[in-house]
Formats: sequence, structure tokens, C-alpha cells
Amino acid sequence: MMISLSNISRIFIMGDQEVRALNHINLNITAGEYLSVMGPSGSGKSTLLNIIGILDRPTSGTYLLEKRDVTALSEVEQAKVRRERIGFIFQSFHLVPRLTAAENIELPLILEGLSLQERKARVAAVLEETDLTDRASHRPAELSGGQRQRVAIARATILKPAVLLADEPTGNLDHKTGAEVVALLEKLHHGGTTVIVVTHDRELGGRAHRKVQMRDGEIIEDKST
Amino acid sequence: MTIKDALRLSFHTVVSYRLRALLILLAMALGVAAVVVLTSLGEGARRFVVGQFSSLGTNLVIVFPGRAETTGGFPGSLIGETPRDLTLDDAASLATIHGVRRYAPLNVGASELSGGGRLREITVLGSTADFFQIRHMSLAQGRFTADSGPNPAEIVLGTALARELFPLGNALGQRVRLGDRRFRVAGILVPQGESMGFNTDEIAIIPVDHAQALFNTQSLFRILIEAENRAAIEPTKAAVRKALTLRHDGEEDVTVITQDAVLATFDRILSALTFAVAGIAAISLAVAGILVMNVMLVAVSQRTSEIGLLKALGATRQDIKRLFLMETLWLSLAGAAAGMALGYAGAMLLRLAYPQLPAYPPHWAGLAAIVTAFVTGIIASLMPASRASKLDPVLALSRK
Ligand SMILES: Nc1ncnc2c1ncn2[C@@H]1O[C@H](COP(=O)(O)OP(=O)(O)OP(=O)(O)O)[C@@H](O)[C@H]1O
Ligand SMILES: [Mg+2]
Repeated sequence: MMISLSNISRIFIMGDQEVRALNHINLNITAGEYLSVMGPSGSGKSTLLNIIGILDRPTSGTYLLEKRDVTALSEVEQAKVRRERIGFIFQSFHLVPRLTAAENIELPLILEGLSLQERKARVAAVLEETDLTDRASHRPAELSGGQRQRVAIARATILKPAVLLADEPTGNLDHKTGAEVVALLEKLHHGGTTVIVVTHDRELGGRAHRKVQMRDGEIIEDKST
Repeated sequence: MTIKDALRLSFHTVVSYRLRALLILLAMALGVAAVVVLTSLGEGARRFVVGQFSSLGTNLVIVFPGRAETTGGFPGSLIGETPRDLTLDDAASLATIHGVRRYAPLNVGASELSGGGRLREITVLGSTADFFQIRHMSLAQGRFTADSGPNPAEIVLGTALARELFPLGNALGQRVRLGDRRFRVAGILVPQGESMGFNTDEIAIIPVDHAQALFNTQSLFRILIEAENRAAIEPTKAAVRKALTLRHDGEEDVTVITQDAVLATFDRILSALTFAVAGIAAISLAVAGILVMNVMLVAVSQRTSEIGLLKALGATRQDIKRLFLMETLWLSLAGAAAGMALGYAGAMLLRLAYPQLPAYPPHWAGLAAIVTAFVTGIIASLMPASRASKLDPVLALSRK
């Protein structure tokens, strides 16, 4: 089992009010799956994704990533897992505005401590794969939305993570560029990466091989095709 | 992340936010420049005073008649009563004292100098040839060979006097008169200008025996003694006092002072002043530090979502702290460099404006300024950097 969530709850305290964003979630995901998470706003989709990506900790329950209890890891070890095993893609791209496309893509390699030579080679290869070679030295402001998201995907996958987490990856894109991004995600899935997509887009959600429906912090449907 | 990459990345960030960088740089630079300029000023004052004293002679021991209870103070201003004369024989007796390199008896008085058809009221010193060595004076022309015995009637003129009496520059060898006594111009002083309120360009020097006759006195105004070296000053002072007391029938009726003690006091006071001034200047660096801290706090809140992103990409807390610390490191480095340049330029302007004041920054000033700039930068960025590293990644990412 690649990802194993058992009895996961996440409670936010707002003043004297408790918000139960996740309510006793059980979810197992095997390596190489292509999974979509859909549901109304506020149903806990992002919270689930953040916990899987170890950006957030569950209030209770256990989370095993590749058989390791990641909530028990030290801060430095968690950072290493995020760096090497997990890739994040966001609706708003989150590119560093002062860095070029190539420099944005290079960031995880710098954090990993790779040599300059190796970094240059890997960045060049990924730019090629994502069809961004001619945009390498452009800053985010000079790129289209679709190009920005492709830079973000290149950055998220350059260290070959086991799982790619995408929170509304096409939310800020028009239909056509959205489709390009989806095609890129599916290409990565075919390459063996586990892909988890949170989306409001029925068409995109429907393309996944496994569709999870959430409401009020609970999984109400889990369908595989 | 390697240190090298962190340095590179933070450098990139610094140059990307140009206005912010300039602001911090300016604050740092002004602080550093203030340290350099103000310490130069203090050091210049110290050097000026020390220089003035040294121009009077080094390793100097001064004897004058009468007992003065005053300690320290200004050698020239101590006026004791004269119970017993300090004679040329007294002076000659000092020659054999251990530690005395050379000595010069001194008489001072005013007289009328006439020559070349002109007349002037001047200050006349009566002494011996050794006086020139002791007082670090030298002759531009001619010789002066007077000793404490009977001497030929020769006179040495200050440059200004020589030029005034003999504008053609042919003073050497001319006949002049002091009162009704005739002297041959045997030498002309090298111009020295004013030191300690005393202009050597406007005096004349004659052999001490002639001065005593001219002023009709047997008593010396001073005996100047140059000790062998710095260490010999105190023993020589004691030996001189003892020898003179013995000669004066056991009565201690002379005062022996060392210039060194006076000089050391001034030196200490002015050094302390320089440090105090440096401290004050360092306060402006502290102000710069507060500014740096605020600017960095703003930078952290502006880049919150970027920090969240770095965490999502797998940056550790230490990585993030390091990136922010290194940003200030670069800014401090640039600020210190700019401040040094500014400070040294300022000190140079000071020297141009006041040529008498040797306003050179002390050796430690540059180092101190740089170290203070770095320490200030690091301390000022510790809090913002640590705040950045502790941001919750989910909240940070959700901030736009
Ligand atoms: N940091 C937080 N503090 C308090 N409440 C929070 C916090 N984060 C999320 N919540 C709450 O938890 C619930 C689930 O939020 P979450 O962002 O996971 O929903 P979502 O399904 O991603 O919604 P959307 O489709 O609008 O993105 C919501 O009620 C939200 O208000
Ligand atoms: Mg969401």
C-alpha cells in the first residue's frame, strides 16, 4: 500500500468553535493509481491533500506513507519526504516571480543539494519533456497560465516523486490550456507516478480511474472504473 | 541545501528587491561611515596633540627653579618663586648623570633686534648647541656651536626674522644687534611654524652666556634634559632631582617634571574620547539594525506564500532561516563596504578642510565598523528569519 489513512480526523479550532474538516477518514491508495477527489466547497478536499502531503498533521488517526508513519518523523525527515516522495501542484501555480522558469524548476534540486552540473542537466531534460525549452529564461509574468502550470508541474516532478498531489490544477485555466495540463498529468501517471487530483471539474474528475466523493469531511463514495 | 547555493539564492533575492536593498544598504553605510569618520576625528585630535608635544622634544626631563606642588599641568605655565638660582654650573653638573643623553640650559627674554636697517622686539633664547637636538630644531643655513663655556657672539635667527631683516636672503654672516650687543648671524632656522603657541620662526637664539649677560641674570629659566630612552626617563628624573638637591645644600628647591607624564595623560584622555565617539557612532548602526529588522519583517510577510511553497517543495526550517540570514549578510557586506568607502572619503575631506588635523581612521576603526555591521545585520535578521521558518505551510500557501 502506497498511502494508508485510517481513522483520520482533522479538527480546526476557531475561537470556541470546532470545525471538523475531516471526520474519521479511511482511504488506501496503491502505487500508480490515478484518483480524483470531488465534492462541494468546504467538504475537506484540500485538507485531505495537505495531510497526504505532510503539510498538515491529522488531529487523530494514523497515516502510513510507503509503510512509514510519517506523523512520527522529525521536521527535517518530513521535509526530506516532501522533497523526494511528494510533488505539489496548486491552483495558483505558486511560482517565484523573480526567478525564471528554469530557476523555478531548479528549486527542489537546490534544496536537495545536487551539484550545479547535475541540476542543469536535469532541468534541461524536464524542460524538454514539458515542452518549455524555449521558455526557460522567461519569468512567470511573461508566461501564459498554461505555461505557468506546466512549469509548476515540471518543478513538482523533477525529483521523480512517488505521488503527485494536485489541488484544482485547472481552476485558473481555460478549457483548452486545462486540457493540456491534464494531458501532462496523465502522461506522468502513465510513467508510473501516483496522481491525486482535487477538482470541481466533472470532466477532469471523470477521467480518473478512481473517483472519491466527499461531503462534510467524510468520504461518501469511492468508485473505481 | 548547500551553503553555497543558499548564498547564491539569497544574493539573487537581494538584487531582485533593489529598493529594499538600497534602503538597508544606505542605513548600514551611514552607520559604518559615522564610525570611521568620528573615530578619525578623535584619532586626529589625539595625533595632533601628541604631535605638538613631540615637537617639543622626546624623552624630555625639564628642570626649573622653585618648588611647585602642582602635579601634571602645563610645563610652561608653572611659575614657582625662585628661592635659589639654577645656575649654569648646576646644568653642567648634570652631564655625568647616568641616563642623561644631552642637556641644554635655557634663558629666555625679550630684546630689541636691529639689523639691515630694521628694528624689532623679539623673544631671545639663550642656550647651547644641544638645545637644537633636544627641541628637534635644525638649521637651514650655517652652524651653531655654543657650549656652556665662553662663546663667540653668534646668533641664530628664525626664518621669518631673517627674511624680515634681510629680504634678499643674505642674512648669514651679517652683523645684527641685540640691545647694544653685537652678534654675527651664524645660522638660520628651518621653518617650523607654530607649536604649542610658540612660533619658532620669530625667535633668535644666542649662546647661553651671552643671554645671561644680556638679561643680566645668573639664573637659568630651565634646564632641558633628554633621557637616553623612554625607560630612562623616570630614573633620570630622580637622579637629577637628587643631584641638584645635593648641590643646593640638601634643599629641594627645584622642580623636575617629565613631559612624558603630561603627554601620557593627554594620550589617555584622547584615546578614551575616540572610543567614546566610536561608541556613539555605533549607536547609529544600532538604529540601522532596527531598520534592517523591520524591513526584513516586511519582507517575510510579503514573501509568506513563497515560504509556504519552499516548505511544500521540501525546504527545512533551517534552509529557510538560512536564506533570510544570508540576505542580511549580503546587505551588511555591501553596507560595510559602501560605508568604509564613504567614511574614508569623509576622513579625507576632513584632512583637506583642516590640514593641521591628521584625521586618519585608527587601524581598528575599519575592522570594528565591519564587524559591528555584520553583527547588527545578523542580530536584526534573527527574529524575522526565525519567524519565517516557523510559518505554517498550509496557511502560508493560502495567503496571496
Ligand atoms: N486553517 C483553518 N482554520 C480553520 N478552519 C479551516 C482551516 N482550513 C480549513 N478550514 C475549514 O475546514 C473545512 C474544510 O476546508 P477545505 O479547505 O479542506 O475544503 P475544500 O473541500 O478544499 O473546499 P474548496 O473546494 O472550497 O477548496 C472548511 O469548513 C474550512 O472552513
Ligand atoms: Mg480546497
